[in-house]
Amino acid sequence: MTATQIQNPRSGQNSSGKPGAGLIAPKYRRTGGSRGNFEMAAWLFMRLSGVVLVVLIFGHLFINLLAGEGIQAIDFGFVAGKWADPFWQFWDLAMLWLAMLHGTNGVRTIINDYAEKDSTRFWLKTVLYAATTVIIILGTLVIFTFNPCPLDASGVPLPGGFCPAP
Amino acid sequence: MPTKPAGTLYRGREGMWSWVGHRITGVVIFFFLLVHVLDTSLVRVSPEAYTAVIGAYKNPLMALGETGLVAAIVFHAFNGLRIIAVDFWKKGAKYQRQMLWTVLILWVIVMVGFSIRHLSLAFGGH
Repeated sequence: MTATQIQNPRSGQNSSGKPGAGLIAPKYRRTGGSRGNFEMAAWLFMRLSGVVLVVLIFGHLFINLLAGEGIQAIDFGFVAGKWADPFWQFWDLAMLWLAMLHGTNGVRTIINDYAEKDSTRFWLKTVLYAATTVIIILGTLVIFTFNPCPLDASGVPLPGGFCPAP
Repeated sequence: MPTKPAGTLYRGREGMWSWVGHRITGVVIFFFLLVHVLDTSLVRVSPEAYTAVIGAYKNPLMALGETGLVAAIVFHAFNGLRIIAVDFWKKGAKYQRQMLWTVLILWVIVMVGFSIRHLSLAFGGH
């Protein structure tokens, strides 16, 4: 009698010589064993970043939506006020990087689970990683190049900015 | 009528539905995050562009959407802490069901408080 073999889930694929590897028939193996402990590091990252994100995002929601006038107070001046303080710059920077990497890894897992074709998975993940790269770079630049007194092309302050008295 | 195997498959109960909820809320939050970084980036275009787009978030219909988004975030946060407890606490797997009900009760309490505050600010105007 031959034992029934159940294929391991793709997201938990073990392609090295470790226990469980032998359960995957060669034609179902998608990687050559060069991934090392990446999946384990990703699993740990989700939990560590998750705890930090609970603090960062709850703090963000409390300050921006619940305190004072709540959402009614949010405008250019509100952002200028926050980013005048490096504390909030680094708070928002940490939130941006951790949330984007946490979310990207979550969507990567979902793509691995539901996209059956190799080429479909490849293209979905290519689009995902491109979007993540653009958003992280853009957000980081916005936090650190923010100017409370932006000028137009001829050097005149734009309306709504906060400029030092001449 | 064929009967389902009892108690052998990981489906249909608290464990599976919390997993489904975690996935769906995670995807919703991720797509909002992409949009939110883009709308915040308008502070580098001009003060008026940013204030105009943020003005859209202040309309009452959007306030309902924001409440839904915060509901997704709060569930994902509390259930994520439950997942960490299942993984790292030695009795976590045993009590995962009780922890899910704790998550849902805390979620209702937080969301009642948040909704009252946020919707009264958003609908009340100035």
